[in-house]
Amino acid sequence: MNHYETVFILTPVLSDVQMKETVDKFTSLLKEEGAVIVNEENWGLRKLAYSIDKKSTGFYQLVEFDADPTVIAKLEKQFRRDERVIRFLTFRQEKYAAIYAEKRRGLKSTKEVKEN
Amino acid sequence: MAKEQSEIRYLTPPSVDVKKKKYCRFKKSGIRYIDYKDPEFLKKFLNEQGKILPRRITGTSLKFQRRVAQAVKRARHLALLPYVTDLMK
Repeated sequence: MNHYETVFILTPVLSDVQMKETVDKFTSLLKEEGAVIVNEENWGLRKLAYSIDKKSTGFYQLVEFDADPTVIAKLEKQFRRDERVIRFLTFRQEKYAAIYAEKRRGLKSTKEVKEN
Repeated sequence: MAKEQSEIRYLTPPSVDVKKKKYCRFKKSGIRYIDYKDPEFLKKFLNEQGKILPRRITGTSLKFQRRVAQAVKRARHLALLPYVTDLMK
């Protein structure tokens, strides 16, 4: 069970409902495969640094999870099939990345506590 | 011949900037992992066109320069950083 972190970008054309549905589609796929989802972050609509298939903004979604290596191939196949996802990057967190992610999560939750 | 050379008087003495000891900011500040998700931090290692600065200018050690390059390339893939731009800063 390695730690993984995947970021994917959805086309801005989607309505909120569709966008949430695609995100749930991937998270449920991960759960079926027996992955443990550690953290999910939605960065919302962000301006892209360069246009990807004629679109200049996109919904960014980050998912951190623990999974077996075999799950990743299935996940990426789903990413490639789904035309709503215009770009994705999956990354295996090595030791220091995992420590950093934990710290970041702690930082974020404290920030959220401050906000609400 | 050598005589004339020393004759050359510069109006202002050529200021050879004293060699500033470069240090690797990651070793000094103990940063272990360079996150590809925050472009603001990575921008310090890019020039105006968005190209990665060489080690001789930033002074980072080889180990961390590779990690910076890896992180920048991942950020570019995710469109957090442009591949090429003008006057990015």
